[in-house]
Amino acid sequence: MTVAATNRFGSPADLEQAREEIRRRTRPAARSVRVCIGTGCAAKGSRRLYDLFRQAAHEAGGGLIAVEAVKCVGCHGLCERGPIVVVQPGDVLYQQVEEPDVPEVFRETVVGGRVVERLLYQDPATKARARTAAEIPFYKAQQRIVLAHNGEIDPRSIDDYIAFGGYSALAKALSAMTPEQVLEEVEKSGLRGRGGGGFPTGRKWRSCREAHGQPKYVICNGDEGDPGAFMDRSVMEGNPHSVIEGMIIGAYAIGSSQGYIYVRNEYPLAVEHLREAIGQARERGLLGRDILGSGFDFDIRINRGGGAFVCGESTALMASLEGRPGEPRAKYVHTVEHGLWDKPTNLNNVETWANVPAIINRGGDWLASIGTAKSKGTKVFSLVGNVVNTGLIEVPMGITLRQIIFGIGGGVEDGKAFKAVQTGGPSGGCIPARFLDTPVDFDELTRLGSMMGSGGMIVMDEDTCMVNVARYFLNFLREESCGKCTPCREGLAQMLHVLDRITHGKGEAGDVERLEEMADLLAGTALCALGKTAANPVLSTVRHFRDEYDAHIVDRRCPAKECRGLFRYAIEAEKCKACGICKKNCPADAITGAKKVAHVIDQAKCTLCGTCFDKCPFDAILKV
Amino acid sequence: MIAQEELVDRIVRRYDGEVGMLIPMMQDVQAECGYLPAGQLRRLAERLDLPLSRLYAVATFYASFRLAPKGRHEVTLCVGTVCYLKGAGEISAMIQKEFKVEAGGTTADGLFSFQPVNCVGACALAPVMIVDGKYHDGVTQEKARGLLRGLSPDETGAQAEAKK
Repeated sequence: MTVAATNRFGSPADLEQAREEIRRRTRPAARSVRVCIGTGCAAKGSRRLYDLFRQAAHEAGGGLIAVEAVKCVGCHGLCERGPIVVVQPGDVLYQQVEEPDVPEVFRETVVGGRVVERLLYQDPATKARARTAAEIPFYKAQQRIVLAHNGEIDPRSIDDYIAFGGYSALAKALSAMTPEQVLEEVEKSGLRGRGGGGFPTGRKWRSCREAHGQPKYVICNGDEGDPGAFMDRSVMEGNPHSVIEGMIIGAYAIGSSQGYIYVRNEYPLAVEHLREAIGQARERGLLGRDILGSGFDFDIRINRGGGAFVCGESTALMASLEGRPGEPRAKYVHTVEHGLWDKPTNLNNVETWANVPAIINRGGDWLASIGTAKSKGTKVFSLVGNVVNTGLIEVPMGITLRQIIFGIGGGVEDGKAFKAVQTGGPSGGCIPARFLDTPVDFDELTRLGSMMGSGGMIVMDEDTCMVNVARYFLNFLREESCGKCTPCREGLAQMLHVLDRITHGKGEAGDVERLEEMADLLAGTALCALGKTAANPVLSTVRHFRDEYDAHIVDRRCPAKECRGLFRYAIEAEKCKACGICKKNCPADAITGAKKVAHVIDQAKCTLCGTCFDKCPFDAILKV
Repeated sequence: MIAQEELVDRIVRRYDGEVGMLIPMMQDVQAECGYLPAGQLRRLAERLDLPLSRLYAVATFYASFRLAPKGRHEVTLCVGTVCYLKGAGEISAMIQKEFKVEAGGTTADGLFSFQPVNCVGACALAPVMIVDGKYHDGVTQEKARGLLRGLSPDETGAQAEAKK
């Protein structure tokens, strides 16, 4: 560590000087190795790869490649193909790297500048190998602002963030802009809240700035609770300083001196990286008293969530920060006026905060030039489910669902047909194939009965029962309902009761109308956004997949063959090789057959457990 | 008893006795004890001058708090949407039935605690099961069964980790 690196920055000039020095020190990065340590890659052993590459660099003596040039970085997005390792020279992207591959990659690519073909990404259709990320279709249609440096910088190093231009927006805001000018820039950008609501960020900031009462608080909502969504996790893990920088700038504009980051309990790595980043920022005088010599004071505290979905709702989150159960309150009193501890409070989501430094650096007009008329900039989505390329993507607003799912995502996995894409989290909706060409923005998704939400995008194939999907989400929300208001607590239980009946083949005529009626009541009377939108999964599936409800209720049949009892298992005689595996494994002794005689399932005895279906090596067991 | 008081006092001091930091304090107690022992909660309530019922309200509201000791191993199963679509619901049912453990509970012999959670945000690995902090991807009923049967009855997850 050099002297400048450990010093507190007393002014923007100090920061710039340190930036120059760090760049000079780390410039000879003609050779480098970047290992992704996001949760996905880490789960597949990438931390061990990092150690091995470091060891290899160390053994090579340091003359060839500095040990520091082996870096751990945040999520690259292509989680499906992890662990991901990117090597200089050549910016070569290797996927599904395993421990035994390390010596070869080091010898061939790091030292020799040659490419190890077999570790390159291969296009499933054309079989062509891609050398760099830019050549992979997954990355081509993306436009990265929030994720720009994910996968490039070491999330545990403030120096790295500074080398990539970090904290320059803060320096600019504090030294060359008034809070009012910062506000104007954010308003001009048209940025809308990325947590789901889509409320204009600038307007929220202004309301909080103008609200009476001191102190004022800013909060970063990192309680990303939507199942199937990990955008915020990846930003907090992969580029924590960008969130912190955004918050400091926001606090300056609003006039706040205390911030909180509320992180979901299930994200231990995000907590660790944020905690380190806050510590480093304090050490450098980027948090605390008299930031960059401007006289502006601000600090941030991290709180871990307790595992309650409802705490993603702003008033519930604030209750949790006050040490109480996370129960929401009615919002006719706005949190920007009476929020945490009854003081003016501005809450934004992780991705919203992470957009702020880029807006200050490049101007509000620049962000406003990206996207659609009313939705500006980009949106990060986690593209998951029955899709070929599961991962994290960032795309300009206005891109179509088809471009995302088939262009970037590579289509539905296992060659199956597309049925629906679920957006907006548990209270979002399912969008069928005929709307695939809809441009994705806040208003278009709402028009289709779904919503943007925080950015989960779950692809469902033809084998997915939409009634069961609705039941899954409703059950989720019923479990997560805090129980404070009656419509949500009791209404969801009643709706679930009806859905349970339908998926068990006991649906009654009029059940759909009954669901709609309860949904209407719920939307009109529930206390918070969780309850008000909780019926969306039911309403959107009824709207777009009414035939599936009717099949369950009228014909006692599950078209996707997912609901037990609404389909049977049968053995296709021509395919059956009479191997006896199904018979041996059947826990109900429902299968009969002998050597060389096709087996048969006794439907009276069959418990529909599906063991035979899973065990048959010849795909001779059918769902009928 | 002395050790208990020391723990709570230390934690209260860590947060300057600020009532708003009740949840982090309880998280710290749980991190040290593995659960929230009644004695510690009582002590914490006294120190913060809060009714004990308030602490129990918090403890029972949030899914991550536990009021009983956990098993020697910690098993977390993701039942988020993607994992569910790929069979996690059935894996969860299998574990509860075959190992006679409730969701959020511990097996009678104390071997492991079982916690289904909403989403761990690792959808590319679905279905995901986390055993003593280690992520296992593409879990099937069979794989889950194998992992759970392979748990050591003598050694805790932390001990096995320390040995490595």
